[in-house]
Amino acid sequence: MQTAERVSAPAKCWSCGQEVTNGQPFCSSCGRVQPPRQAGYFDIFDLPQKLNLDVQALEKQFYRYSRKLHPDVHARASQQEQEWSLSQASLLNDAYRTLKNPLERTKYLLKLEGVQFEDERGPGNTNPSKVPADLLEEVFELNMQLEEMRQNQKAGEDDPQLRRDLEAAKDQFAAQLNLLDEQVRSLWSAWDAAWEQNDEAKKTAAKEAMTALLQRRSYLQNLVRDVSETLKES
Amino acid sequence: MAEERVVGIDLGTTNSLVAFMQGDKPVVIPGEDGLNLVPSVVALGAARDGGRPAMLVGNDARHTLLEAPERAIYSVKRLMGRGVEDVAEELKFFPFRLVHDLQPGEVFRVRLGDSEFTPPEISAYILRQLKRNAERYFGAPVTQAVITVPAYFNDAQRQATKDAGRMAGLDVLRLVNEPTAAALAYGLDRNKEGIIAVYDFGGGTFDISILKLHEGIFEVISTNGDTHLGGDDIDNLLIAIALHDIAGETGIDLHHNAEAIQAIRKAVIEAKIVLSSESVARMDIKLPQGGSYQRELTREQLEELIQPVIHRTLAPCRDALRDAHLVPDQIDEVVLVGGSTRIPAVQRLVSDVFELPRRGKQPRTELNPDEVVALGAAVQANILGGGSKATEDMLLLDVTPLSLGIEALGGVVAKIIQRNSTIPASASESFTTGVDGQTNVAIHVLQGEREMAKDCRSLARFDLKGIPPMTAGLPRIEVKFLIDANGILQVSALEQRSGKQAEVAVKPAYGLTDEQVESMILESFDYAEQDIHLRQLVEARNEAATILSAVEKAPSSPAWELLDPPERAEIALLSEKLRVLKDGDDLQALRAGTEALDKATHRFAELMMDAAVSSAIRGQTMQSADDRLGQGPTASHPIARAEFQ
Repeated sequence: MQTAERVSAPAKCWSCGQEVTNGQPFCSSCGRVQPPRQAGYFDIFDLPQKLNLDVQALEKQFYRYSRKLHPDVHARASQQEQEWSLSQASLLNDAYRTLKNPLERTKYLLKLEGVQFEDERGPGNTNPSKVPADLLEEVFELNMQLEEMRQNQKAGEDDPQLRRDLEAAKDQFAAQLNLLDEQVRSLWSAWDAAWEQNDEAKKTAAKEAMTALLQRRSYLQNLVRDVSETLKES
Repeated sequence: MAEERVVGIDLGTTNSLVAFMQGDKPVVIPGEDGLNLVPSVVALGAARDGGRPAMLVGNDARHTLLEAPERAIYSVKRLMGRGVEDVAEELKFFPFRLVHDLQPGEVFRVRLGDSEFTPPEISAYILRQLKRNAERYFGAPVTQAVITVPAYFNDAQRQATKDAGRMAGLDVLRLVNEPTAAALAYGLDRNKEGIIAVYDFGGGTFDISILKLHEGIFEVISTNGDTHLGGDDIDNLLIAIALHDIAGETGIDLHHNAEAIQAIRKAVIEAKIVLSSESVARMDIKLPQGGSYQRELTREQLEELIQPVIHRTLAPCRDALRDAHLVPDQIDEVVLVGGSTRIPAVQRLVSDVFELPRRGKQPRTELNPDEVVALGAAVQANILGGGSKATEDMLLLDVTPLSLGIEALGGVVAKIIQRNSTIPASASESFTTGVDGQTNVAIHVLQGEREMAKDCRSLARFDLKGIPPMTAGLPRIEVKFLIDANGILQVSALEQRSGKQAEVAVKPAYGLTDEQVESMILESFDYAEQDIHLRQLVEARNEAATILSAVEKAPSSPAWELLDPPERAEIALLSEKLRVLKDGDDLQALRAGTEALDKATHRFAELMMDAAVSSAIRGQTMQSADDRLGQGPTASHPIARAEFQ
């Protein structure tokens, strides 16, 4: 059922002419590294686009593929093969790093499905217009406290009660982060089932639910970081 | 085997070594002097016959360091890949003579005598010496090598090391991180499994790496360190204290007396080494104005003094554990590398931070901490050269020590490859234009963990050129950043709409351009051609000096009395002749003279062995103690004022 979706013609090994499994970065027959293709992270491991994943099996496969693709193995091959090896090995490493991490794996899959996340990098990404509605009040109060804390720091003062309040708020938001992670995880099976059944409506539902959770998560994470950094200053 | 051998090189701050795999065992290749360690010292010899002066490396250069410090340089590794604004701290402790009017961001040049060299050129002379040692040993050319670098070296420092290899005529197949290399040597013959930490505290750098060993795969999980923390810092601390003491007792300020500082340096290093096995050491330093500075140092005192230095290794260890998501209990073994780990207080510190005693464990010290990195480099060289039975299942998966980012709006750094990502690693970013018709886009690439670009290390500025003129925001330039297996960044760019490969012009922050490296290869080639005679002459002179100094001491030996008067007369005559030859330029005559004197003293040497075995042995011990001091992993630097020319 899953293989039926992949319709592109099987590639032939440039070296021995045998068929190369679709997406596989090396030839099973002769072991030579293949030219890089537009392969995604799931493709290089020949995995379906599902979220429940056996991380130990993934590690084994990563090691097995590393032995085939790593530039060390091709140090004496032609310039061309060395370039392919570099390109394939970096794809393998990027894929492994992303897929073994539950959060990164989820985000990656959602991006493949066309979801665009706000750029989360860089500090100060706690844009007030994006505050989740139910958090408005808490965030407002927290920002007041943060501002007070910074003023205190500038004046060289310390307010132990304020510090305790901020610590408590930080812990509370951190706990919410953990809760969110669990909620995302619980949606994995919904996605996987919808993918198996090729049910577009269910896929979309799962996708949107996960996206909403991740956006909330990203907001909370920035908040926790802001608080941690302000506390660390003094 | 007709196949050319690939050697492994440890290009150290204080000492350098070259090794290779002999069968299933890595071994260090000794130099002509029979010693494994080549001091990382380079000196410009005296110019003769109007030719260019010879470059001296290692022990030969150490003599120059004492006699004409302005013609010698050591610890050049501290300058590799760095800009003039980075090294202010170093200049307080190292007598580097910078070329004047260096601009910020310009590649450093240092002066030896009247000539100027970049740090990679100096390192290239050390590499060339190691190459020669290996070629002499094999009787065959050596052109391929693996070179080790501190794990925490950034892109510019790695590139500078690679450039040095190229200048020395070496194809650098791989740069390997030093602690990782040590792990390869450690894990070679025992089929290790589990999690190990490598604590590498050397002459100039500190690294900590945590690795997972599984069925021959050496997977680095995290790494951390400080590229400016080592035995040097301990020595400099002790020298500063001695100078302070001397000034207090005698009122004499020796801060700028290079010779006196050399003497003090030698004494404190000796004391430091003694205190790794004894509880008390005595220092007795002759002062230039007469008299001497005497002091007893106990191990307790030393340990108290060096606490602040060795404690600086703690934070990197904890950060590495945190990044690996591990607690000390999960570390199965801790391997010690680098000469500074011989200090008992350092070993205790390591035991504490990894909670070893509670678990009935001890740090692993069985490998020679001076040689293990070179041995590991030899293992990696063997793997790259096609492998052998001993290494067939071994594969190293290393990481990048620092996050890679690009400068975004407002001077903020957007991280695109996180630290501790397995390499090779890549990231793609899209860029566009901000003005209609714009054909260039500048990208600033940085390395480091801080949020703001000004706090990170600038790696390079890339200029994307030849973008088809379009409305602002319309072009889409896909830039691929790839960190290769050496930990060095490669950048390529593609304009998506036109499908054209965009041209990337790289301006490395502290690096040399390809053209510069090329020209330096040619220049050093010139040197090499002209050098050979001069180098041989210098070596022959050193040999002559050694035998002459032995003969000078001969009359005080009881064996001297056993010689016939004619024998003694012949020795005296030949010595006199050799003394004259030594100051001349006739290589053949000098060699013949040395050989003749050697022959004439043959019986004397035998008699000395027979007749005065005990005193001979005592002499031997003193001699080798002296050698050890100079070549020890912690052998270090005089404090002298940096000279800005």
